[in-house]
Amino acid sequence: MSSRPMPLSPHIGIYRWQITMTLSILHRASGIVLFSGALGLVYWLVALALGPAAFAQAAWFFHSWVGQALLCLWSLAFFYHLLNGVRHLCWDAGWGFAKRAYRTSGWLVVVCALALTGFAWAFGWLLAGGGA
Amino acid sequence: MSNMRTPLAGARRLGAAHSGTHHWLMQRITALAMIPLGLAAAVLFFWASRAGYFEVFAWMHRPWILLFVVLLVIVPLWHGFLGLQVVIEDYVPNRGMAFALITVLRLATVAVALLGIIAAAMVGFRSF
Repeated sequence: MSSRPMPLSPHIGIYRWQITMTLSILHRASGIVLFSGALGLVYWLVALALGPAAFAQAAWFFHSWVGQALLCLWSLAFFYHLLNGVRHLCWDAGWGFAKRAYRTSGWLVVVCALALTGFAWAFGWLLAGGGA
Repeated sequence: MSNMRTPLAGARRLGAAHSGTHHWLMQRITALAMIPLGLAAAVLFFWASRAGYFEVFAWMHRPWILLFVVLLVIVPLWHGFLGLQVVIEDYVPNRGMAFALITVLRLATVAVALLGIIAAAMVGFRSF
């Protein structure tokens, strides 16, 4: 027998880029990011339970540039995962399966996630009177 | 006899785990629960980011808020565990390794959730 390689089913490299595949990957990626966000929430609660000193330390961390970068990432992942999650639930209910519908809803999710994240940070800065 | 097991027992191991529908359903139920929980958390976040220790402490003494915070620990971690489990099942080809990782993830998720619930309860039930 010749050493001809086994046939493989078509994989990522063979397809033309589409919005749907990118959003599918991003849904998983944002989910993983948000799991770390849940850990951040538990850290904040534990600091609160430990007392004012630990709470102040947690507040300092979330106001540091590392904490702010994490909050930035978590907020973007949150709004994206929330909106795209609703898109997934609509598919589960049988809505929006037409090619045009899932492409339009995909772009809508991207635009709305970016807009909501920007709006949330602008609102936060306004509340804090500049500098979160 | 090289094999003491019946053919049926062998075949059973290769079949479905018979919990796929439950997994799928729980993922959707926790997802639906996360819509109001997540939106409420996003709104309260702005308040919490400006509040001091004693403000947050007093706020956590309200029963409904304490219940909300406990749900905000349980539901995302539950939903996140179900999601990460699927990621491991999809991308870790070795089944033994995948099982080990999922088991560690399961125990770690339960431990973190308990930690969060205990911390919230400590704050909620402690007097000034």
